[in-house]
Amino acid sequence: MDLILPSFGLIFWMTLTFLVVFFTLKKFAWKPILSGLKDREQSIQNALDSAERAKLEMAALQASNEKILQEARAERDSLLKEARETKDAIINEAKGKAQKEATKLIQDAREAIQNEKAAALAELKSQVATLSIEIAEKILKSELSSDEKQKSLVNNMLKEVSLN
Amino acid sequence: MTTGIKGFRHFKSLLAAIALLLAVPSFSYAGDTASTEASAKAPEGKEKFNAGDMIIEHVSDAHSWHIAGNFSIPLPIILYSKDRGLMIFSSSKLKHGGVFKGLEKDPNSANGFKESGVHIVVANEDGTINKAETDKLWDLSITKNAFTILMAGFLLIIVFLSVAKGYKQGAMTAPKGIQSFFEPVVQFIRDDIALPSIGKKYEKFMPFLLTLFFFILFLNVFGLIPFFPFGANVTGNITITMTLACFTFIVMMANSGKAYWSHTLWMPGVPAVVKILILGPIETLGIILKPFTLLIRIFANMLAGHIVALSFFSLIFIFGAINIGAGYGVSVVSVIFTIIMLLLDTLVALIQAYVFTLLSAMYFGMATEEAEHH
Repeated sequence: MDLILPSFGLIFWMTLTFLVVFFTLKKFAWKPILSGLKDREQSIQNALDSAERAKLEMAALQASNEKILQEARAERDSLLKEARETKDAIINEAKGKAQKEATKLIQDAREAIQNEKAAALAELKSQVATLSIEIAEKILKSELSSDEKQKSLVNNMLKEVSLN
Repeated sequence: MTTGIKGFRHFKSLLAAIALLLAVPSFSYAGDTASTEASAKAPEGKEKFNAGDMIIEHVSDAHSWHIAGNFSIPLPIILYSKDRGLMIFSSSKLKHGGVFKGLEKDPNSANGFKESGVHIVVANEDGTINKAETDKLWDLSITKNAFTILMAGFLLIIVFLSVAKGYKQGAMTAPKGIQSFFEPVVQFIRDDIALPSIGKKYEKFMPFLLTLFFFILFLNVFGLIPFFPFGANVTGNITITMTLACFTFIVMMANSGKAYWSHTLWMPGVPAVVKILILGPIETLGIILKPFTLLIRIFANMLAGHIVALSFFSLIFIFGAINIGAGYGVSVVSVIFTIIMLLLDTLVALIQAYVFTLLSAMYFGMATEEAEHH
């Protein structure tokens, strides 16, 4: 029968011990333990969250890097193309200019040659004229130096001038 | 509105007080029944082994701690009565059913104290029990169980203060040592008992649930260790489980909300006649039955575990008394069975601590439930 009957002493000690343990542990153990656990879980969660955020940021960064790279590549290509075009244009322009210049030079040269030729011919003509006059003078001088000669000449001439 | 709530608070504390008062009168009868058993107790000496007596002695509370043979460690006996005052003496004074009269300030010096069963009684000059005087006696002795409770309380405080140290400075470090052993248990109680059973308000009940769980667990495990400062069948003692259940009940009542009472006593959607005649009484009974089932469950489980393990162990001596050879033969089987029982009891010790805590948490959950549905 004692087994199922409560005893006062035990109730007293149990209540006392339980309350002492409860209030002591509540203040000095459970509070720090539970808040410590909470804090740690919070910090772990925060760390996980920030890692996730960093991962996303990294991915975004990578994507933007890729984009920038793409843009840079496209810009380089366009720059190169432009440069090539400019180069071609410049070359073509230069070529055209040179051609024109050359043509002009040739033209000028040709004109100059023509002028020189004309001048030379004119001079030659005048010189030939002078020379022939001089020769004619000289011949005349020699032909008409004596009377005999003058007579033969007139004879010759008269002979030639047949009366037609 | 506010006066209504105030009145309601009064009602709750009144209920808690009634619960305590209901628990108190029951132990005053303890003394009477013990007296009849005392005479039946056999005188000591080398006589036939009585398994029943041995087992009951082992699972009962005692004023001295029996170690082996005739050797036992005396524990202090503390008595109080209005006219005698506080009396403290060693239980060694009451050895072998002797009557102790050595208290000089005792006004009724003709009387002495003696042990009757597990109780201390006032004895007349001729050795008979003085019932009138005994009833005035309040026994506050540090018995085997009381000693174990104090030891468990002391150990709990030491252990968990050292566990708490790990959280004070820089809570962000990983748990180590004893902290890493208890932390998962604390987390288990929080995440698997308190949170799902109580809900949002679980934090308020955590200190109580943790204290309850570890107190029961420590006492259960102490009961399984068969060496001196341990081995007392504390949680298999109805006084202990009753006190614990009372705590749960008081906490539950103190935190019970309007929704809980209107739900249990005035179930919506049921005709008034049924509410008053059938549901009312049943639910009122249910309120009392909840802590009662709590106290009976753990008491019966722990007591049965001890009794079965001891019974297997006793088989050795029962067979040994018939034939020495049979005793040795049975001892092998008995020891194996006892070990199996102890392993099972280890499991039971954990489960009962868990169940008690879980049910307490569920009761708190019911009491604090808010009327959101219906």
